[in-house]
Amino acid sequence: MSTTPAQQFLRDAAIKSADMVHREIIRRGMESYETVHLKGRARIKDWEAARQQCQEIKREAINHLDHYLLQFEEKVIARGGHVFWAADSHEACTYVRDLALRLGVRTVVKSKSMVTEEIQLGPVLEKAGIKVWETDFGEFIVQLRNEPPYHILTPCMHLTRDQIAQLFREKLAVQIESDDPGYLMTVARRKLRQAFFTAEMGISGANFLVADAGVVAISTNEGNGRLCTTLPQSHVIITGIEKVIPRLEDLAVLWPVLATSGTGQGITTYSTLIGGPRQPGEIDGPEEFHVVLVDNGRSRLLADSEQREVLHCIRCGACLNVCPVFRHIGGHTYGTIYSGPIGSVLTSHLAGVKEFKHLSYASSLCGACTSVCPVKIDLHHHLLQNRRNAVAAGSQAVSERLGFKLWRYTMLRPQVYSIAGWMMRALMRMINGLGLTATILDPMRKWNRDRAPVPLPQKSFRALWRKGLGGN
Amino acid sequence: MQKKVSIFVPCFVDQLLPQVAIDTVKVLRRIGYSVDFPADQTCCGQPAYNTGYWDDARPCAKRFVRVFKNAEVIVCPSGSCTTMVRKFYSQLLAGNSYGEEAAAIAHRTFEFSEFLVKIAGITDLGVSFPHTVTYHASCHGLRELGIRDEPLQLLRKVNGLKLVDMARLDECCGFGGTFATKFADISVAMGTSKAESITESGAEFVTSIDPSCLLHIQGILGRKESAAKTIHLASILAREGS
Repeated sequence: MSTTPAQQFLRDAAIKSADMVHREIIRRGMESYETVHLKGRARIKDWEAARQQCQEIKREAINHLDHYLLQFEEKVIARGGHVFWAADSHEACTYVRDLALRLGVRTVVKSKSMVTEEIQLGPVLEKAGIKVWETDFGEFIVQLRNEPPYHILTPCMHLTRDQIAQLFREKLAVQIESDDPGYLMTVARRKLRQAFFTAEMGISGANFLVADAGVVAISTNEGNGRLCTTLPQSHVIITGIEKVIPRLEDLAVLWPVLATSGTGQGITTYSTLIGGPRQPGEIDGPEEFHVVLVDNGRSRLLADSEQREVLHCIRCGACLNVCPVFRHIGGHTYGTIYSGPIGSVLTSHLAGVKEFKHLSYASSLCGACTSVCPVKIDLHHHLLQNRRNAVAAGSQAVSERLGFKLWRYTMLRPQVYSIAGWMMRALMRMINGLGLTATILDPMRKWNRDRAPVPLPQKSFRALWRKGLGGN
Repeated sequence: MQKKVSIFVPCFVDQLLPQVAIDTVKVLRRIGYSVDFPADQTCCGQPAYNTGYWDDARPCAKRFVRVFKNAEVIVCPSGSCTTMVRKFYSQLLAGNSYGEEAAAIAHRTFEFSEFLVKIAGITDLGVSFPHTVTYHASCHGLRELGIRDEPLQLLRKVNGLKLVDMARLDECCGFGGTFATKFADISVAMGTSKAESITESGAEFVTSIDPSCLLHIQGILGRKESAAKTIHLASILAREGS
């Protein structure tokens, strides 16, 4: 029998949560994030008001998604671009592959995009004989390692510079003299520069689709985005339908808030607006310009009035950075494209509640994510709703369902509850007394395996109250 | 006439940590309240609610509303169980005949430390606890109820108590209800990080307003044979004066 995602998750979580080297790397990464994030927030006069405004902009966009997407499409087409509406991964990948084959593309340069990971575009293009270069430094590294991004914003957060130097030595067939980050970046840049000049197609994601101006907003810190979108003969943008925003002026708040939440920057180094293919009289830019709008389950979420706001997400990664679960198990353990709190909420909707419900349970519901989300998604309460939906779908183990029926029976009857409590304590005292703690015979073994046993008093509070404590 | 409060004693406090409830009663009486314990109470329903079994949690919530219907003020020595009544009942009982009564109960249910500071208006209980103490800000108390300073205000007034900060005092300890056993490895790893912060603070005691967090933290500290011990805020405030 093959391993389910839930079983795999438990296995990987056990390994990673005991991996102290990993914990130390992530702790350092997250602590430095915390410092710059707080500093960045202090630069914004009223952070709470900015969050509020971002939430309102996204709410307006999502509540009128049809209107704004059509407005965006019309503008792009008017400027000579193409817009393709992809219902799912297959449609999106097929469109891009066929386009690339039609244009005779042999090399693609890619700027960072989580949606291309979601639809698994890379393998589809490679299978068609097209070479794909990831040009974001972090993505370039995880591509060399043949693994998915570890984090939606910082794909190689889990690696030390020493590991990266070693990887370059093995994979790039060049002399690597140092593990200095600047030096390693120069090595990657030299390699990628050749790719930028030979690629016939550039593929990017989008941070925002601006409806009233019909332009695509892309933020990068390395400038690779601009090279991908201007040098090759064709440019394809692949993005989720939820990325649309109503007005160009909305970027005045969304751009700084995204940068602050993502990296603590006031604004991302390269903020680019792209409106279509090269226009008559222009000297650069792509001849072909295509936008692929990916649904892939998003409109199902849009139809859910209770959880629609999950589509507000601007993929800043802040919720991952403050999540204590993420901190202890790392990004890859989730086994999903989107990890951390937003990934746990979203994956049940995009990839299926039956297979991925365990992620909604793999949270202590501490709410740190909700407190930092720049568009104020009520993340941890969505996890509760996902759990309710999982139970309603009847996908839980029979033993658990019966367990809660029994629990309910007990809790509705104070006498039964009192006797059951007394019996449980007596049983546990016996188990502990016989040295059977944490063995298969211990009903509390999951608690007791790595924790000292709970206290087991002779009398409950209510018994003591009856015995005289009750006299005021 | 003497002021009255009803105490809501979470089921696991009743069964495993009766001293926390005893100390809560002691403090409330000491500041002049008469304390009532509605004997029919059991569980607020949170374990089922948090695990997604809303249909099993709902009758417990209804029952709670019936049991505490006549209570003027309800005080609970747990931020988490207070959260259940105050924040989640309205959603759980929305649209049925209990909705209105649940909303009313939400407004008169208070966590122990916020009751002392905000309702009773007391921060100095004149007690003494000559030890080094660090405070763990539990998630439900902090982020659901917005209880940030109340416990610290109370602790600062305790004679002889030296309050020291632990690193990341507002980071989750990893308890999380059924999470603690469903994902025991992650829960214990998180608890271990918390225990490290506690140990590094040099405190003899870690205190909190949430006995469930303390139960979990004690379990981890106990395994590590750490010198630090857990103690509920009510148990510090129930000490004698010097």
